[in-house]
Amino acid sequence: MKKEKINKFLSHIPKNALIAFIVIIWIVPTFGLLVTSFRPVQSINSSGWWTILNAPVGSKEYAANCEACHGKRGDLLPNANLGDPQLISKFDRSVLLLPALKKEINGAPHMQDIPVPSAQVVADIVVHLKNISGLEVRPKVTLNNYIDALVGYRGTRTYTQDCAEGTPPLDINCNISDLLNPRGMGRAFVNSLFVTIPATFLPILLAAFAGYAFSWMNFKGRMTIFAILVGLQVVPLQMTMVPISRIYAQLGLNATFLGVWLFHTGFGLPYAIYLMRNFLGSLPKDLFESAYLDGANHWTAFTKLAIPLALPAIASLGIFQFLWVWNDLLVALVFLGGTKPVMTYQISNMVSSLGAGWQILTAAAFLSMLLPMIVFFSLQRFFVRGMLAGAVKG
Amino acid sequence: MAPKPVPQIMRQGKITPFYYLAPAILLMLFFIVYPMINTIQLSFKDKTGLKSAATTCVEGKPCWGVFENYHYALTAELNTSTFSALWSSFWVSSYGNTLKWIIFMVGFTVLIGLIFAKIVDGIKYEALSKAMLFMPMAISFVGAGVIWKFVYNYGSQQVQVGLLNAIITGLGGKPISFLTTPILNTYMLIIVGIWIWTGFCMTILSSALKSVPDEILEASRVDGATEWRVFTSIIIPMIMPTILVVITTMVINVLKLFDLVYVMTGGNFQTDVIANRMYTEMYINFNMGRGTAVAVILVIAIIPFIIMNVRRFLAQEEMR
Repeated sequence: MKKEKINKFLSHIPKNALIAFIVIIWIVPTFGLLVTSFRPVQSINSSGWWTILNAPVGSKEYAANCEACHGKRGDLLPNANLGDPQLISKFDRSVLLLPALKKEINGAPHMQDIPVPSAQVVADIVVHLKNISGLEVRPKVTLNNYIDALVGYRGTRTYTQDCAEGTPPLDINCNISDLLNPRGMGRAFVNSLFVTIPATFLPILLAAFAGYAFSWMNFKGRMTIFAILVGLQVVPLQMTMVPISRIYAQLGLNATFLGVWLFHTGFGLPYAIYLMRNFLGSLPKDLFESAYLDGANHWTAFTKLAIPLALPAIASLGIFQFLWVWNDLLVALVFLGGTKPVMTYQISNMVSSLGAGWQILTAAAFLSMLLPMIVFFSLQRFFVRGMLAGAVKG
Repeated sequence: MAPKPVPQIMRQGKITPFYYLAPAILLMLFFIVYPMINTIQLSFKDKTGLKSAATTCVEGKPCWGVFENYHYALTAELNTSTFSALWSSFWVSSYGNTLKWIIFMVGFTVLIGLIFAKIVDGIKYEALSKAMLFMPMAISFVGAGVIWKFVYNYGSQQVQVGLLNAIITGLGGKPISFLTTPILNTYMLIIVGIWIWTGFCMTILSSALKSVPDEILEASRVDGATEWRVFTSIIIPMIMPTILVVITTMVINVLKLFDLVYVMTGGNFQTDVIANRMYTEMYINFNMGRGTAVAVILVIAIIPFIIMNVRRFLAQEEMR
């Protein structure tokens, strides 16, 4: 019995190995970004994220070259206390430290029997010295990237450091109002929510009405209109943007939330109606017949019968439309641009023109993924169902 | 087409359906139908949308008259001096790149999706491993672009903080600037696309696999068919309709793909695709005529799939 089990287990190994291999390839890029977003900027630029569990930079070199005399924390020699930030600030670069190591102290070489290390090793030792002296502490993980991304900090250090020393850049106030800095992800998060919620609610509402009419009302051209609608589902956004932005310019709707809500609604409707109609149309006919015999009119049947029964479909549709609008870049780029930046716009701007460092970019990317990830992992069932029902979306 | 019957008793006045339909239909007319017509009109105009496109012709150069924007859209990227120059310039133009995207991205997403759906079917961690593969669908193309830009990061100094170049240098190779090396870079972008969309294909194919009746599979196994034989001769033909749906959906998705190229390379270094080119012409070069002409070309490429979609829908309705 036991042997059989082992054999069965062994026969599954290639299959399991393949699954594990694919899953790892799929997770590693995102995981790397997540890890990076928590690392201090100097570490991001000097070592890969996979080294995060390694010993801090320079600690090995320090142990090999200096620890014997200076001690682990550098304070063993009272007249050369490496834990003193003032002393270290005189040797804070390898070109400054290297000559000191080559010098003789009391007639003997500074390094005694140990050969003077190479410039690269000295540079690592400097990093370590700054760390133990407290001159420039480099923690393993930090939240600074997220803070900087949220407030749109673009200085050379960090928001917390600058504000603590009272030397913030011009557009930073060092109070809660920084969260609404137009360059920051905090503001963009609010804008994204402001775009997404109505742009999710409106198409669902209108699609519920239309879907009901297509399933339970008799009128001329019912199938023809619906077939056209199926075709409209795959019309690309690019085909309609130019005329709409011209009309919006005349109506003053460019760079307004209303304009974007309406555009997303118009564009989301063919799919939304298709989904609602397929769902409502599959409800049992008897249900509506008996309701009608009981004297219900269409309005009652719609509000009291169709809508409550269609809640699963509405949930699927809602998640789908929410993620679609939240993740959209093109519409936001064309109709909102920089006046009301949403998260995708803000990030694409950081990537292309502003050339923000990886510390801001990784944190910003994760902030934008936070809500979709939560929605996805908590409501995956509905999301998948909506996708299977439609399988085609513009 | 036979309309699906509604309960006879629910017939209503002529006007009631109008109330339910009007808001949705008006919005769609305004935001989809009218702009499509207007876009076609604008594609025959100059960059301001006022004068005919024929006025933009340059003396002494070939001109297609009122179709001049299409002349530009179709040939500007090509080198027509010799046939071999034409061939090689086509494959790095936005059209050639879009074709590469269609071939490789659709091919690999469907293939990996199908294999993965099959091998995880029924295992203990099926739901979890599927969720992992599907996760990129939830995040934006912009986010995915940042994730992969970091993987592809090219450090000019000794340290490689990008995973891929770190592996290459770790194995003794020279680091590669993946996103600025022409030809290679388009394939690197396609890999990102595959990473995003495989979960979508996998999910749909997986539900199709589960709908294949067990009795048929059991019967053929009893008859001595190997697992491979069962898969290729029974399962694949049975889920073929779904595979075709997935392929057409993916082709449409690829044709519309804009965000990824925009974020990762901006269409530079010979990575341009049709959808990004439309954006460049319209919103960077501010040439309305050329931008809309590219959009119309994009729609013409999609029309066969629109027709397939409607046909499939009508066939489904017949079955109901």
